[in-house]
Amino acid sequence: MSKHASYWKANLRLVFGCLVVWFLASFVFGILLAEPLNSIRLGGYKLGFWFSQQGSIYTFVVLTFFYAWRANKLDHEFGVRED
Amino acid sequence: MDLQTLTYIVVGATFALYIGIAIWARAKTTGDFYVAGKGVPPVLNGMATAADWMSAASFISMAGLIAFYGYGGSVFLMGWTGGYVLLAMLLAPYLRKYGKFTVPEFIGDRYYGKSARILAVICLIIASVTYVIGQMKGIGVAFSRFLETDYDTGLYIGMGIVFIYAVMGGMKGITYTQIAQYCVLIFAYTVPAVFISMHLTGNPIPQLGLGSTMSDGSGMFLLDKLDATMKDLGFGTYTDKVRISTFNMFVYTMSLMIGTAGLPHVIMRFFTVPRVRDARASAGWALVFIALLYTVAPAVGAMARLNLMNTIQPAPGQWIEVDQRPQWFKNWEKTGLLKFEDKNGDGRIQYVADKEKNEMVKVDRDIMVLANPEIAKLPNWVIALVVAGGLAAALSTAAGLLLAIASSISHDLLKGVFAPNISEKSELMASRIAMAGAIAAAGYLGLHPPDFAAGTVALAFGLAASSIFPAIMMGIFSKKMNKQGAMAGMLVGIGITLFYVFQHKGIFFIADWKYLQSWGSNWFLGVEPNAFGAIGAVFNFVTAFIVAKLTAPPPEHIQHMVEHIRVPAGAGAATGH
Repeated sequence: MSKHASYWKANLRLVFGCLVVWFLASFVFGILLAEPLNSIRLGGYKLGFWFSQQGSIYTFVVLTFFYAWRANKLDHEFGVRED
Repeated sequence: MDLQTLTYIVVGATFALYIGIAIWARAKTTGDFYVAGKGVPPVLNGMATAADWMSAASFISMAGLIAFYGYGGSVFLMGWTGGYVLLAMLLAPYLRKYGKFTVPEFIGDRYYGKSARILAVICLIIASVTYVIGQMKGIGVAFSRFLETDYDTGLYIGMGIVFIYAVMGGMKGITYTQIAQYCVLIFAYTVPAVFISMHLTGNPIPQLGLGSTMSDGSGMFLLDKLDATMKDLGFGTYTDKVRISTFNMFVYTMSLMIGTAGLPHVIMRFFTVPRVRDARASAGWALVFIALLYTVAPAVGAMARLNLMNTIQPAPGQWIEVDQRPQWFKNWEKTGLLKFEDKNGDGRIQYVADKEKNEMVKVDRDIMVLANPEIAKLPNWVIALVVAGGLAAALSTAAGLLLAIASSISHDLLKGVFAPNISEKSELMASRIAMAGAIAAAGYLGLHPPDFAAGTVALAFGLAASSIFPAIMMGIFSKKMNKQGAMAGMLVGIGITLFYVFQHKGIFFIADWKYLQSWGSNWFLGVEPNAFGAIGAVFNFVTAFIVAKLTAPPPEHIQHMVEHIRVPAGAGAATGH
């Protein structure tokens, strides 16, 4: 497999992993499982409610930076970095 | 000093600041104008992107909708932040590598032809005009309150100001103006929230205040108190009130997310950063600055709701007397956006869920954020600041979108396709006419908007989600996607979404032009029209893959182009236009 093709494969793996977290933090914990999670409390917040109005957003921020860091590292490893 | 004078001063001062910066950092050539983010560090570029992105929907409208939808309002919070994750990972780095300036250009090149480009332009115009209707609603609300007139007059004045602002160039593309706008906007949003959180819970950080106990000595958590009060009056509990159904919330959130990644004025930002890795970082920083507002918004919503109910019902079972109603209440009555009716003639105002007995007959959701500091009895300068912030958010986004619409028509359609020999002067004239036309249309429709500001903007996102996002994504991730497939997908996606939306809201959002009323509303799996974009996108993807399977694969050089944009090396500067 060419260098570019294996870079692309590694990139897709990274993106897929990140999107799993993205999906869990919002759609699963914030919507699909919100009701059962609401029986757990985080201070005055019910957990499902917290995920949908706070937690998901914090996760997104961390995730985007994690992705940027890993993707830059991939560029390096495969020698496809610009300049 | 009275509130109105103070508002004039604060609004005037902030606008003088934007204009001053615009003159100071004047873009010298059109190249500079388009490549606004160049040479600006990702942190500042992220801040400018956040200002660009957060409109009347985020600032004026969203927290008000959350106040009334409760947990159901989460769709806006997750949807309008989660989209950045998609943007950062699925689109931004590759579009940066591709290195031109507009979305229709990418679609035209990737799907090798003018017809794909025209179709993309049409989809973008439909989505953008809908978006501007939402902004007009927000601008109308802000101006009607600030000038103490009715909503319609506020809207007409707002239209005039938007036009002047947009013709002046909207101060778009001048990154430092947008940074100033962001600072005003976030300051104006956070300050009242801090005051109110402090007052209600003793915790100055709104994100923590929302999860804290009340400082009224009851020792109750704020959210529990809100749940209890709402339940008593028959509104349902705040923290688990689902919007229509779990499935509806799921698609609503998805629709806003993929719409985020399909809107031209957001995507454009990432075409023009210096390097691919800056595109990745910029998306992250933009999200940080957006998250600052978006994590405060739920506190604003919940606390506004609590304060509103406590104003009307100061003690359990004891309703406020009609002639004791506070000044803010009377001021908002002038706009026609807040109305009460003493149905039982007891000289008091009852606010309950039961429609027969409820006497708060109209509480426009879009007034909540602006009224919030008044309801909480904050000092006048805070109230003036919120108006200035709301106007900054609404005007900058409206002007940006209008510029995008105008340049799509004059540049992509006229010069690019129909009249390649058009002179620069005529091109400029065409773009002005397009802008005036778009303002008139959006303003007219804004008199009777299809939904509250954030809801109308959600419709725009749905339209972008069902047409543009799939086309771009398949263009990057599928080498085999061809022109026929992508175009059929876009047509079916936006067609089916428009069909559903117009059936509910009327053709072109004119309420008299509804059709097939016998089908009822939300007939497709209980999905509301605002949320339908995600369903439209599914139709788009499926159609595209079927058609692409049945037709000839894209030419060799297109497949090479796709391979090229997937790898960061050799990005170089954004070229040509």
